[in-house]
Amino acid sequence: MEDRIKMKRNNNLLTGADIFFECLKREKVEYIFGYPGGAVLKLYEHLYDVDFLKHILVRHEQGAVHAAEGYAKASGKVGAVLVTSGPGATNTVTGIADAYMDSVPIVVFTGQVSSHLIGNDAFQEADIIGITRPITKHNFLVRDVRELASTIRKAFYIASTGRPGPVVVDLPKDVIASKCEFVYDEEVDIRGYKPTYKGHSNQIKKAAEVISKAKRPLLYVGGGVIMSNGSNELALFARENKLPVTMTLQGLGAFPGTDELSLGMLGMHGTYWANRAVDSCDVLVSLGARFDDRVTGKVDTFATGAFKIHVDIDPTAIDKNVVVDLPIVGDVKHILAELASEIPAPPDTSEWLAQINAWKDECPLTYEDNDGRLRTEYVIEKISEKTKGEAVIVTDVGQHQMWTAQHYKYNNPRSNLTSGGLGTMGFSLPASIGASFAVKDRPVISISGDGGFQMNIQELTTAVANKLPLKIFIINNTFLGMVRQWQELFHKEKYSFTDLGSSNPDFVKVGEAFGIESYSTDNPKDVGSLLDKAFSVKDRPFLIEFKVVKEDMVFPMIPSGASISDMMVNRLNPKRMT
Amino acid sequence: MKHTISVLVENRFGAFDRVATMFSGKGFNIKSISVGETEISEVSRMTIVTEGDDQIIDQVVKQLNRLIDTIKVVDLAEVYHVERELALINIGIHKGSMEEIKNICDIFRGNIVDITNKSMMIEITGPPDKIDAAVNVLAPFGIKEMARSGIVALKRGEQVKIHKKENIT
Repeated sequence: MEDRIKMKRNNNLLTGADIFFECLKREKVEYIFGYPGGAVLKLYEHLYDVDFLKHILVRHEQGAVHAAEGYAKASGKVGAVLVTSGPGATNTVTGIADAYMDSVPIVVFTGQVSSHLIGNDAFQEADIIGITRPITKHNFLVRDVRELASTIRKAFYIASTGRPGPVVVDLPKDVIASKCEFVYDEEVDIRGYKPTYKGHSNQIKKAAEVISKAKRPLLYVGGGVIMSNGSNELALFARENKLPVTMTLQGLGAFPGTDELSLGMLGMHGTYWANRAVDSCDVLVSLGARFDDRVTGKVDTFATGAFKIHVDIDPTAIDKNVVVDLPIVGDVKHILAELASEIPAPPDTSEWLAQINAWKDECPLTYEDNDGRLRTEYVIEKISEKTKGEAVIVTDVGQHQMWTAQHYKYNNPRSNLTSGGLGTMGFSLPASIGASFAVKDRPVISISGDGGFQMNIQELTTAVANKLPLKIFIINNTFLGMVRQWQELFHKEKYSFTDLGSSNPDFVKVGEAFGIESYSTDNPKDVGSLLDKAFSVKDRPFLIEFKVVKEDMVFPMIPSGASISDMMVNRLNPKRMT
Repeated sequence: MKHTISVLVENRFGAFDRVATMFSGKGFNIKSISVGETEISEVSRMTIVTEGDDQIIDQVVKQLNRLIDTIKVVDLAEVYHVERELALINIGIHKGSMEEIKNICDIFRGNIVDITNKSMMIEITGPPDKIDAAVNVLAPFGIKEMARSGIVALKRGEQVKIHKKENIT
């Protein structure tokens, strides 16, 4: 492509709206999730005739942002959103905060009132730049149409490079309508923004030596490995050196869950053996993870005996929560490849792996399955079996999310889409819609609780309107289950406002009202056949409500701010480690 | 420990706000902050005085660097530098106090910049501890109003590293 493009249409200058779409074309945007309104009418007027890009009409602006996140997480490309000013813009805030916490590359275009009205409390005016400043990687108010093209170029560049994140571009109505010559620079140069990709080679060498000499090494893998497309490098590195791998919620899928070196998830609801391994390892290698409090629990007692190596592209992640011994700033994919080539000799981990296996046998993930009642764990296991770990699973927030993380055996990266950092209920349905546009060859499954499902329920329309072959699974325990769990364990069993059972709608009728073939079951024996039916449908959404027992709790559990030695393995008999 | 951090930022709409928002959002403390032009028209310099242990100051510097609009961040505690602050102090005058105030003003090399028969305004420039000392001495006369500019600082021309942190990145 030419580096610099200058363009006039019919010898006339281009309008801001023309320039906007010329830029999206050059950014190779295939889908834009949006909702029209007054301040963006000019853009929608042009959109009517645009053919290179498909606009997906959502039913609420929050849905647009989650859809863009789902698309971005599943495809690795930048998700794009277009909404109007005022309420259109403020409705995107939760989604933007979600993308910020989980480092999802999206660009959100918000309409704005005309420049001369800004600050006048004009109709549908909101200071979205001020509002989103702390929850965006960066944001822009375009004040002159001549800055529009370069701003859009910068927005996509900033969103997708370094540690990815959301960028907001605010577009005043008059800027979109005014005209100028279209000048497009492929090259971006922002003097205050130069992400580090290449790791410091001496640090990498040192790390390789430490790992080589380790007796009980452990790889602690986060979402960064997936974002950098480093899964192959990780698999090679782990397998060649026989290094056990534990993953954060966002890291699941970075390494195959069925591999014998996989310990599953660590942290608050991590597996017993992964957490024991963290507690006992002598070298902990954090790869694209950020020592989140749901992972570390009490920082003072986290992996105290371990030499800690921290690989991250974001320098602020280093020493933020846990002070480490050996930081390496850079792109984890490349650093993994370099680490692999620098290891003088693989460490002998056979004893260590045997110890981990002993822990696995000591306390496997179990649940009651002999009383004929339906349980979430069983449903997830069945989904995992039927899809052979190949589906794209989009979970919401709460108990079902943790059970899915524990029991679904992800084979591939970009297959586990969930709201981790912000913990946004209502994420799953719209995000799965976005993912459905990115993934055509594997099933996309939305799993929500009965609470979260109702938070963006309007997006069922979007799924139907676009004939998406989406599997919509509702895990209905008639409770805000995770909150209920905390109430039972830590709040004197005061189930304050978490019982949704008496007021929940009939989810089958809801599905049918939206025009979706819908089923419900509370019988474990029906699960297999209903799933078969769901997976045989390829041209429209399909909904199943699984009515599960309400009292079950997610275990193991390390209470918030506690140590691994405080891990509860089940409710009545908290197994304390000695 | 108190640190003075010098930040070069793009002289652009919202750049100051981004820095201030980062401090409040991350729970960092700002003792003083000043912004002004530099020798380059599109660049401003912010001088921020903040407080915290090494881990916090490390985060402050990294978080400032992370902002897209910041061009350069220097923790001046690590280099020889000059710090100055300006204070305007309005003091009530009573019978006979004027001469004494004027003497104190001279000792601190201040200027009298305004006078009425009830009050007099002194301008004092210097390192912040000098301003503190002047304020202490003047307080018994009755300070009616005071405005301090916050610190501006620049590193010295001949650079000698006071202590260099281990290069970790």
